Amino acid sequence: MSKKKHNPVPYESANELVAVEGLHYHGKEPFPERQEKEQISIESVDLSYKGLDGPVKALEDITFNIYRGEFICVLGPSGCGKSTLLKIIAGFIPPTAGEIKLDGEIIEGTDWHRGVVFQHPPLYDWFSVRSNVEFGPKMRGLPKEEYTKLADEYLKKVGLTEFADKKIYELSGGMKQRVSIARALVNNPEILLMDEPFGALDALTRETVQDLTRKIWWETGKTIFFITHDVEEALLLGSRVIVLSKHPGRVIEDISIDFSRQIAEGADTNIKFTEEFYSYREKLLKLINSQR
Amino acid sequence: MKTKTLKKTERWITLGVIAAVLIVWTLGTNLGWVSAVLVPKPQAVIAAGVDIVKNGYKDYTLVQHLLASLQRLLIAFLLVLVTAIPLGLLSGYNTKVRAFMEPIVEFYRPLPPLAYYTILVLWMGIGNSSKITLLFLAGFAPVYIACVSGVTRIKEDYINGAKTLGASSRQIFFYVVFPAALSDIFTGVRTAVGVEYTTLVAAEMVAAVSGIGWLVLDASNYLRSDIIFFGVILMGITGILLDQLIRLVERKVVHWKGKS
Repeated sequence: MSKKKHNPVPYESANELVAVEGLHYHGKEPFPERQEKEQISIESVDLSYKGLDGPVKALEDITFNIYRGEFICVLGPSGCGKSTLLKIIAGFIPPTAGEIKLDGEIIEGTDWHRGVVFQHPPLYDWFSVRSNVEFGPKMRGLPKEEYTKLADEYLKKVGLTEFADKKIYELSGGMKQRVSIARALVNNPEILLMDEPFGALDALTRETVQDLTRKIWWETGKTIFFITHDVEEALLLGSRVIVLSKHPGRVIEDISIDFSRQIAEGADTNIKFTEEFYSYREKLLKLINSQR
Repeated sequence: MKTKTLKKTERWITLGVIAAVLIVWTLGTNLGWVSAVLVPKPQAVIAAGVDIVKNGYKDYTLVQHLLASLQRLLIAFLLVLVTAIPLGLLSGYNTKVRAFMEPIVEFYRPLPPLAYYTILVLWMGIGNSSKITLLFLAGFAPVYIACVSGVTRIKEDYINGAKTLGASSRQIFFYVVFPAALSDIFTGVRTAVGVEYTTLVAAEMVAAVSGIGWLVLDASNYLRSDIIFFGVILMGITGILLDQLIRLVERKVVHWKGKS
């Protein structure tokens, strides 16, 4: 199929970023060099919707590959279509042009191979926490003992074992998002798509769920595609950061970073105060702000 | 703390209004401000009530009158539940079903039930079947419409989320759409019981030999305002009780309402 090489620096600004003030960063992936085939390929994806005066372009010529085990964070100014891109990968909306393939097969519609964690977790109030987590495997027809075991395992993973029988409305925002993560992971999807999942949480809660997400990524080796508007969050979690431009959204930056792996391997949590981190943060902020 | 005292104040206001009405009624009638034929004395209404409870009214006991009314109501209500809820939910879920149902419901919904009651009487006679059909039609529209809006108002992410978890269309309908619409369904059901109840009394006034509505109409033929008042108060109380009963069921079933 398309042997398109992954191109991490498509724009001038990006060259500048990598070479800032003697800081020459060789992006080390937390996973082996990319000899393997891509897991998801996004090829020349356009998306337009009907506006008042003719079609409006939301996404333009989006092309990149996603490799197994990557933690991709997509950054961009608000209204750049980053959530739209996630919806296309999830299969909620079809692209106007171009195609997305999962393991070589064109994605059509939604299925459980692509789990989604929404910004406002659409948990079912009529079920208990446990039933919400069991929902996927139960719907897929797994036997009861199997999905009960799976639910136990994933509730433990997100630290909610003792909340299994609680009602959804009895949980805090952070807990709801953890249930939502467990509910998506219990299906063992090929990729986890997360749409600004922690945007509505307070700073302390956000840090704990970020740590949890990183831990799950590191331990399961799951591919994660994570939308955020928070540069620091992207740098603390991602193994790769993609930046989209303002309307219409195009890829204007695509870099590999290493902080998340370092933290996962037990590096000092104060990594975000290092000069290197700071430099990335400033450059990405500048890039995003230049889009306004 | 503050809401508690507020609630207490509101309760006193409610009780105060009831007390005020009773006091004005008692004073006004006993002091002869109004004619006893137009507004009976409270004690006369109580006496009429006691008499009817003891000796019945015309050929039936009070319980039989009440049961006759409630039976019509209940049969019509159950018919509404088993038809309007599935059809309403399906119409919300499937635009083709909605296109089929919409013209029928939209046409008859604004009609006053008593207007088409004459047609029903023409077709089915003045017995119970025309009354039950009338109540059924009166109750169908509010439940149907509540179900349609309940389904169309469901957050898109509820359904998208279920799809990403591997649920089929059928499973989404039963495990997501139906429970998500429950709160709206109950609102529709409560409206329907109210509409059916008013329609019931009106229908009994047109052609019947038993029922609480007929009791009131019959009493008015003899200018027995004490019995009329007793009947009307009884209807009011049964109406409130029916509504409270549905609310109770709602709180048990839709336990998450207003909490998320």
